[in-house]
Amino acid sequence: MIATSGRGQIAERVRKGAAGPKAGGALGVLQRMGRVRVGDVLLKVLTGVVAGGAILAMLAILVFLLRDSWPSIVYNGWHFVTSQTWNIGSLYSTAVTHRNGATAAAGASFGILPFIVGTVLSSLIAVVLAIPLAVALALLLVEYLPAKIGDSLSFMVEMLAGIPSVVLGLWGLAVLIPWIGQSFGPFLAHWLGWIPIFKGPIGSGQGLLASGIVLTVMIVPIIAASTRDVLRQTPRETKDGALALGLTRWEVIRAVSLPWASSGIFGAVVLGLGRALGETMAVLMVSGNAANYLPHNIYSPVGTMAATIVSFLDSAMSDPTHMAVHALAEVALVLFVISVVVNVPARLLLSAAARKGGVQAQ
Amino acid sequence: MSLTWRNVKDRFMLVLAAVLGLILAVPVLGMIWLVVSNALPALSLQTLTQVTVGTSGGIANAIVGTFYLVFLGILIAAPLGIAAGVFLGEIAPASRFAAVVRFTTDVLAGVPSIVIGYFGYVTMVLGLGWGFSTLAGAIALALIGIPYVVRATEIALSKVPRGMREASMALGAPLTTTVWRVSLRAAAPGVLTGVLLAISLAIGETAPLIYTAGYSMYMPKLALTHSPIGYLTYVVWTFINEPYKSLNALAYAAGFLLLLFIVLVNVIARRLIKRATA
Repeated sequence: MIATSGRGQIAERVRKGAAGPKAGGALGVLQRMGRVRVGDVLLKVLTGVVAGGAILAMLAILVFLLRDSWPSIVYNGWHFVTSQTWNIGSLYSTAVTHRNGATAAAGASFGILPFIVGTVLSSLIAVVLAIPLAVALALLLVEYLPAKIGDSLSFMVEMLAGIPSVVLGLWGLAVLIPWIGQSFGPFLAHWLGWIPIFKGPIGSGQGLLASGIVLTVMIVPIIAASTRDVLRQTPRETKDGALALGLTRWEVIRAVSLPWASSGIFGAVVLGLGRALGETMAVLMVSGNAANYLPHNIYSPVGTMAATIVSFLDSAMSDPTHMAVHALAEVALVLFVISVVVNVPARLLLSAAARKGGVQAQ
Repeated sequence: MSLTWRNVKDRFMLVLAAVLGLILAVPVLGMIWLVVSNALPALSLQTLTQVTVGTSGGIANAIVGTFYLVFLGILIAAPLGIAAGVFLGEIAPASRFAAVVRFTTDVLAGVPSIVIGYFGYVTMVLGLGWGFSTLAGAIALALIGIPYVVRATEIALSKVPRGMREASMALGAPLTTTVWRVSLRAAAPGVLTGVLLAISLAIGETAPLIYTAGYSMYMPKLALTHSPIGYLTYVVWTFINEPYKSLNALAYAAGFLLLLFIVLVNVIARRLIKRATA
């Protein structure tokens, strides 16, 4: 089944630019040769369908979460994101509450403002702490350390990004929480207590600060690895030129590398932020899983959206009206929308930075 | 080099970068020490070969469960991810459709794993009526791993020299042969690295499995649906909060095994990259 074109036809195709410079890869080569076979078409269609599956998966996630949370959206309205009370209602009576045509257990009310605030604040603490650590680490890897050591350290950084969050949670429970509760918390309260958010009470150590620190450990490797990739693409000639002019190494970093990489570093940071917003297990283990009130200082127990989806599952499944489960679906929906809103600009910035360096984004 | 203000500043910044950049070693080494020192007393043959009974026994059910879930998950993720990667890197790299897919895949990689888990709960556990099951868990893990396989495959393919493809085509090989025997073969180490990355991620996942795989104290059954399955990360999460020393020790043992598996997978991946670039 070979459909071979004559020589003249190939030449004509090339003249017409049927396969312009855009058509890369094996298919581009074939097109220039003017040959098409059934197996090849099949390969093209099959891989194309599978590739399209990614778009389908994103749409399916959106549609199913929307469908499952619809009763909660109807029942709670905007109240869902502005109210502080999460109450699945009285399950001990058969009474129910109707609102906007949706039914929930008597007196049920679902508000996730404390979880939104807990998620945003713990992630912000993580990002603020992680930026200097990650950028310093990336500078060590690219600019300061000899290539051989930097290479090994690079490998370890990538491995760190793969530490299971529950194992990090173990460390948070056994080491970090007692340290914050007994040493670091009192220390902060003593020296920074004049700033309202650092004033006690400190409590057990479970809470916002512990969540923020655990998230920091999780996202530093992610931000550092992406920053390293961006920094590596700084044009060699510009850096050498600056050194030749007598600039010190720090001045070269300050005047050439960092400005050149800035948008890419920003993209890396937002990528880390996205990871922090969605992290579940480590936060679940150290946050204290509070509900129904807003944190009053940096030591307050908090709940995050991701952790709540896990910690409230059992209680939600006991609701015979299923409204509590629908409300959890809406938490997942809000989290999904936030993650897309955060990841889209991050990816755009990173791929723009990669294009600038003429290399494909990792 | 005279010690001018500029040189002092340069040295200071080097020290600052070293301190800030390496401070992460404190929690990481602390974590490794914590897990290893608490796990070693609990690592016995009984831990590795018996299932949990009450407050004693072992975590064999979770070890086997983790392997089973990850194996099935990769069995789904690898072919799909590689196929999509071939499309992006080999079939239509410059098309608008490929650009959209590429971008969507990246955003999909950023979707929180708990959201994927809830999606699996709604569609498979409830929607298809599978209940908490091995297949639901494996598909959730596959959804999380696929974006990494896709990107690794595409990047590995983009590094295959164009001349190799042209030579294959010039010999009259069809596209399928060129992709399978030339491009993918040359890109194999990179593709495999992506698969190993997906394996390492899948080993450490918890949140999506709670909602899809459930948990079971018994040895995993071969049945794909209607049968919950145990896994190591769940042991770490729940046993550490139990009031029994024996269960706490099992939690550390599970954490140790997780770290061990992930280090192994990463070391293998690094070997592959080294061999490919050497």
